[in-house]
Amino acid sequence: MTGIDDDAKAPGRLTVRGLTVDFDGFRAIDGVDLMLLPGQLHFLIGPNGAGKTTLVDAVTGLVKAQGTATYEGHDLLAMRSHRIVRLGVGRTFQTATVFEGLSVLQNLDIAGGVHRPAWRMVLPRGDVPTYVEEALEAIGLADLRDRPAGTLAHGQKQWLEIGMLLVQGAKVMLLDEPVAGMSAEEREETGALLRRIGADRTIVVIEHDMDFVRDHADWVTVMHGGKVLTAGSVAQVQANEQVQEVYLGRTADAVLLEDSEDDETADDGSVAGATADRGER
Amino acid sequence: MTSLKIAPSTWGTVAGIAALAVLLFVVAPAALDSFRLGQLAKYLCWAIAAVGIGLAWGRGGMLVLGQGLYFGLGAYAMAFHLKLEQAGPGNAPDFMQLYAGGSVPGWWEPFRSGPFTILVIALLPAAVAAVIGYAVLKRRVKGAYFAILSQALAAAFAILLIGQIKVTGGSNGLNNFTTFFGYNLYLPENKVMVYQITAAILVLAVVLVAVLYRSRYGELLVAARDAEERVRFLGHDPANVKLVAYVVAAFLAGLGGAMFVPVVGIVTPSNVDAVASIALLAGVALGGRASLFGPVIGAIAVGFAQSSLSENFPGTWSYFQGGLFIVVILLLPGGLASLWSRMRRTPRASTAPARTQEVPA
Repeated sequence: MTGIDDDAKAPGRLTVRGLTVDFDGFRAIDGVDLMLLPGQLHFLIGPNGAGKTTLVDAVTGLVKAQGTATYEGHDLLAMRSHRIVRLGVGRTFQTATVFEGLSVLQNLDIAGGVHRPAWRMVLPRGDVPTYVEEALEAIGLADLRDRPAGTLAHGQKQWLEIGMLLVQGAKVMLLDEPVAGMSAEEREETGALLRRIGADRTIVVIEHDMDFVRDHADWVTVMHGGKVLTAGSVAQVQANEQVQEVYLGRTADAVLLEDSEDDETADDGSVAGATADRGER
Repeated sequence: MTSLKIAPSTWGTVAGIAALAVLLFVVAPAALDSFRLGQLAKYLCWAIAAVGIGLAWGRGGMLVLGQGLYFGLGAYAMAFHLKLEQAGPGNAPDFMQLYAGGSVPGWWEPFRSGPFTILVIALLPAAVAAVIGYAVLKRRVKGAYFAILSQALAAAFAILLIGQIKVTGGSNGLNNFTTFFGYNLYLPENKVMVYQITAAILVLAVVLVAVLYRSRYGELLVAARDAEERVRFLGHDPANVKLVAYVVAAFLAGLGGAMFVPVVGIVTPSNVDAVASIALLAGVALGGRASLFGPVIGAIAVGFAQSSLSENFPGTWSYFQGGLFIVVILLLPGGLASLWSRMRRTPRASTAPARTQEVPA
């Protein structure tokens, strides 16, 4: 891994050390170390129950955790969710939660509240701020700006959520299964979008779709049973025997399926991916 | 740069407020005799509080069952002043000579001043709501727990008023006011003036809430009601968002209570207790809690029904009220205000207010 130093205050750097989440004796996360660098697309993969979402929950103040999680030197574990957001660490949820009654533009605009003093919230809207306009362009929904968000297609809602993070000025984006349920083209567009906006941000994607991971990941962290199993490039991770074991072992009864279904299971080194895919669905 | 789309209902809102003003300032004084106009003024006092309940409950999702507390704070502050004004400089009000040996307690003295009283009416309910709201909302108390807590506050307040007979007149309350900031309350033209002040406050309250509904804050409030967690991840503490609505609602309830005193000529603990608080809420539910004009229409309708039904069925009126409440909640959760949009049946893709029908009370 490139340069794990203790320069935790470096811009955009999110460092997690010994993170442990304990639900009444059940360790959902057990001593996880992570370092997330700006400009990279990080992927977090692992079987269901591996603790991926819980990890994001812990870092964003939704569940209590021990250990440390620092962003630019701030201790995230001691902060409340809305403060963490204001610091520049944003997240999405597995189910898109845009405000259905508001238009696309209003959804983006309301996400810009972090940039305004509170008392200005009661003023009527004026012009569209430039950062809202830019986000609208970035997520490709400029033509649908006045559409109620509730009428958007599933994929468009996820893009809108990402757009809201852009408006918030999130420097770290934790995205929980952003491409789940998307068509192949939508996935491709999402991947391109994440690459575009990821250049000067730290993006972490929880994902099950191994094709998507293969195509876009700069760095993959594999979790299992609340621990980090391994981390590295896609190729390194796929070559890792432990990773294969976890996926194959867990889905041992599904091995039969692999024989009957003629997909890419037999491809070079994609064993982990294909079975993970199947195991999760 | 394009402007953010102004919702088509903007002109409807302006027209609605204009129509309300015309009805209150032109039509009602021409059509109603002095007695009926006085009764309407009483309903308007409830309507002012109802507008605030619409904000806190309809938009903010807080079932405020105890607005009588804030209504009462405004009412008793006004009553203190009017009693002292009636007694004249240096003298004690009539009831104090009866219960308290004719001496005015020190903390009553500032209420001799009109400006001080107005300041208390404007600030005290809001300040109390800020303290209570902060303590309750920051602890994420909501739903039925919030409702019970707010109702308990109103009940406790009424008990306190009854217990402090020397300064509040006890369960008889405070009554027999003769002047209102120097104006003789027995003169018909001054009664009309009090009515007009009340109507003006109501129109301004509707304007205030309309502006809030149309602002980003209004959107955020609905968002905090429907998806509190999501609001947190927009970088806002939902407790603060709700607190503002709660404080504004208390402020409006205080204004309504203050005008209630010169309008009705008496305030007793039964005007501000838990039962009175529920009556306020019933009007809001009837009219439509999330709509702008629903609470106004509902409060006036419930007030009117209360008067006319209680004239004819003095003993059983409260059963009508309870039945009405049940029928509305079961059959018309959006209130009277939703009738119009129901009849139009335009499939407006779940605009924010329309979604209130799914909100559990």
